[in-house]
Order: sequence, then structure tokens, then C-alpha cells
Amino acid sequence: MAYNVDVRKVYADQLEDLKSQGIFKEERAICAPQDSEIEVEFPIGSEKKKVINMCANNYLGLSSHPEVVKAAHDGLDVRGYGMSSVRFICGTQDIHKELERKLTEFLGTEDTILFPSCMDANAGVFEAILTDQDVMIADRLVHASIIDGMRLCKAQNDSYKHSDMAHLEEKLQLHQNKRLRMVITDGAFSMDGDLAKLDKIVELAEKYNAMVFVDDSHASGYIGRTGRGAHEHFNVLGKIDIITTTLGKALGGASGGCVSGRKEIVEMCRQKARPYLFSNTVAPVIVEGALRVLEIISRSTERRDKLEENSTFWRKGLTEAGFIIKAGETAIVPVMLFNAKLSQDVAKDLYAEGIYAVGFFFPVVPKGQARIRTQLSAAHERHHLEKALAAFIKVGKKYDILGKTKQEIIDKYGM
Amino acid sequence: MASIKDTILQYVKNEYLETDDDREITYDTPLISGGIVDSFSMVSLKVFLETKFNIQIPDAKASPEAFDSVNNIVNLLKEFSVKE
Repeated sequence: MAYNVDVRKVYADQLEDLKSQGIFKEERAICAPQDSEIEVEFPIGSEKKKVINMCANNYLGLSSHPEVVKAAHDGLDVRGYGMSSVRFICGTQDIHKELERKLTEFLGTEDTILFPSCMDANAGVFEAILTDQDVMIADRLVHASIIDGMRLCKAQNDSYKHSDMAHLEEKLQLHQNKRLRMVITDGAFSMDGDLAKLDKIVELAEKYNAMVFVDDSHASGYIGRTGRGAHEHFNVLGKIDIITTTLGKALGGASGGCVSGRKEIVEMCRQKARPYLFSNTVAPVIVEGALRVLEIISRSTERRDKLEENSTFWRKGLTEAGFIIKAGETAIVPVMLFNAKLSQDVAKDLYAEGIYAVGFFFPVVPKGQARIRTQLSAAHERHHLEKALAAFIKVGKKYDILGKTKQEIIDKYGM
Repeated sequence: MASIKDTILQYVKNEYLETDDDREITYDTPLISGGIVDSFSMVSLKVFLETKFNIQIPDAKASPEAFDSVNNIVNLLKEFSVKE
């Protein structure tokens, strides 16, 4: 069938529908390297505006760090631009193996396999290691990439209420007749900024003979005393069977991800994970950049310590100003507004004040739980956060939401 | 003994509402389109129905529409000779 008027209309109608629901996403052009202060064109083509960035996953501020940039340059010189191959044909260089070794060491696991992204790692891992005799039991707030991965896998899927250990225990009891059980969770939840109770999860998994899977993308590099992730924070290093994580956030912010964990599982991924088998190897530039990132964060905890201080300052400032924030231990701080339109209006006003933060609402978060998600970085200096806080307070006053309860905000603006 | 309707309603409340979620759910409350049950966690509801009433619901029948309210589910169950 040709791409005729009728076909075009099918898509045009769907796009219109997204616009009328207010969920049509528009990109903003950043005219600078990623940092705590950036120049943005929004809408694209309009005048550039300098804003403080409160929505990047650049937790350790390494995305544009001179040492990382230099390492990437050197990588380009000595190992070239691309490999024009998947890993198992002729796409594995010495540096890929070195990065896998270093990640294994950093995460405290048995072995690691690189993927083009953590999305790919999550999309490939379940199908590679589970069958229809097994069950996957996931926290209801896991990342979309995990859900996609579970959908590609023939094992039965089930879920438990967010961080509800009693519910998880019920589900583990329910599935005792399966060959293998796997508890699946994010380490740090991307929309709520809280950590999975990994100590409890490991305890239940041991009691009910289940494996534990953690996507630590929003924690790797800064959670835990030396930044190894949520498993370090909960003192369960070595007890998580599978960790997936990304090089696209704290660990340099470029791209790439991995599955790290039990050596047989990693080997199964090398043999069977389709996104590993059928997509290109991670580019040498990224590999060299990531190696340098691991070196930087292994020689000092300075950056994760600064991020922790920034997060504490920010949480305290917002709370004292009278905002409702989600409690948590991470650099993700959601400011709860409950009403979808209010979240968009507040984000727009913040932008006018020079603060770039994004409002999220259903279906990205549950209905009636719209919020502005703010994210801290070690690249933020105190003056950035003070300015951002002043802007939040100004906008909060305008909408008269400071010091108000959830019910009072809902009464005023609706769910 | 609780009616089929109430058994399902109770399950939905226990399974899907967080402890601090005070939303009222009735027989007609839209579960999936209302954002209470997402299409992913709908699976546990299907497994519950199959186990509880000893039936097999083919995937084609387990549509978001068929599961969108307790009343819809009761109607679906009638097809499998499960009656009030």
C-alpha cells in the first residue's frame, strides 16, 4: 500500500489526539554541552535562553568533564570511531573487555556484559535466561524498559505494589511451584526518587528461593558510601544476582549499558540476548570515556559527596518553603502538585524564571500524582540551588501552594 | 459467602490500591481507563480469576475493555459459565 492520504490521516489523527490530550512531547534544543547551566531554544528556533538545568541525569557532573572529554578524544585517536560490527563477529576490542572487567570490579559482581544501552540490556536479559516454567515478579513502578523486556519473555509475569514487602512475600508464596522465581526492581525509582528496600528483598528472596534483579541506572555512581549503587547502600554487595545499569547517567552520560552479575547469567546473555547479538558494539569513544569515569569516581568520593550535600540542601529548602516532596535518599526530588495542568503551568513559570524542570503527569506517573521532577547534580554550585529555590518559592506563592496539604491543593486545582 | 462481584472487588482493592490510596472503587469504577490497574499489572487479575474460578481466559478475551470494571469482569465470567 502506498503512503496515501488515508494512511497519512491515520497518523495525523493520532498525533492530533496526543496534542488535544496535552501529552504531545516537544524537544528543546540545548545549544551547549550538558551542564548545570545551559542555553536552550524552546520552542526550537526561538531566542536562546540561559537556564539552570534541574532535569538532567548528569548526577556526578561528568557529562562534560574535561578529563572524560580528553579520554574520549584519545579513544578516538587510538581505537577509531566505530567498529562496524556486532560484538561477537569483529566488534570486541581490548578496551571493551577492560571496561567489562572494571564494571565488574566497581559493581562487586562476578562478570559483566556491555549492551548498547540499559534499555537494550533490560530488553534482552529476561528472554535470555527465563522460560515459560519461570516467573518474574516486578515492583509496579519499574522502568518501562523492564516492562518491555518482561513482555518479550515467555515466563509468567506478576507484580507487587511499590516497595510493599508483604505483597511481595504473598507473591513469592503464590509462585513456589515455578522452576525459577525472579524478583525485579529498580534500585532507585526514577519518578519517585526512593530506593528499593534491597535488604528486605534479598532476605525474602533467600527465604523463598528467588533470584534478585536490580536496575540501578539512577543509583550507579553515587548511591552508597563509595557510589557503587543501591546494593552498597543496603549492604547487600555480592547478593544481587543481576544488576543492569547505564553509562548514560551518572557514569558519564553518553550511552551504553550493561548486565552485571552471576557469571553463568552473563554468559547466557552473550549467547542469547538479542540486543547484544544483533546491534552494534559500543563505540570506542564511549568505552574510553566510561573507563575514565570509573577511574575518577574510584579515586575519590568527592563528587558523590557533593551531590549528597546538594540533595540534602535541596530537599530541606523545598520542605521548609512548604512544598510537598516525595521522601527519598536520591538526587531525584519530586515536587508534588497532583494536578496535571498545574504541573505544566508551574514548569512553564519556572522556565520563565530561568529554571529548567519538567512536569510529569499520567500516564508517566499515576493519575492525580502529577509532579515536577527535579534532579540534582554534583555540577550544581550552591548559588545555582539558591537561585532555583528562590524561583520555586516565587512560583509556589503565585499558585498559593506553599504550606498547603495535598487535599488543599487538590481542592483548589482538582486531581 | 461473598458474591462473585464482591470477591472480585475485594481482590482489586487489596491488589491494586496502595495503603495511602483512598480512592473509592465500586462495581462500575473504570479500572484500566481510570488508571487504577495498568495494562501490565492486569495479568495478576487474570491469574486470580483463572485460579479462583478454575477457568482459562484466552488472551484474546482478556482485553483491557473486558477487565475495565468489576461489572465487565462479571459479564466476561458469564461466558465461562461462572454465575452469581
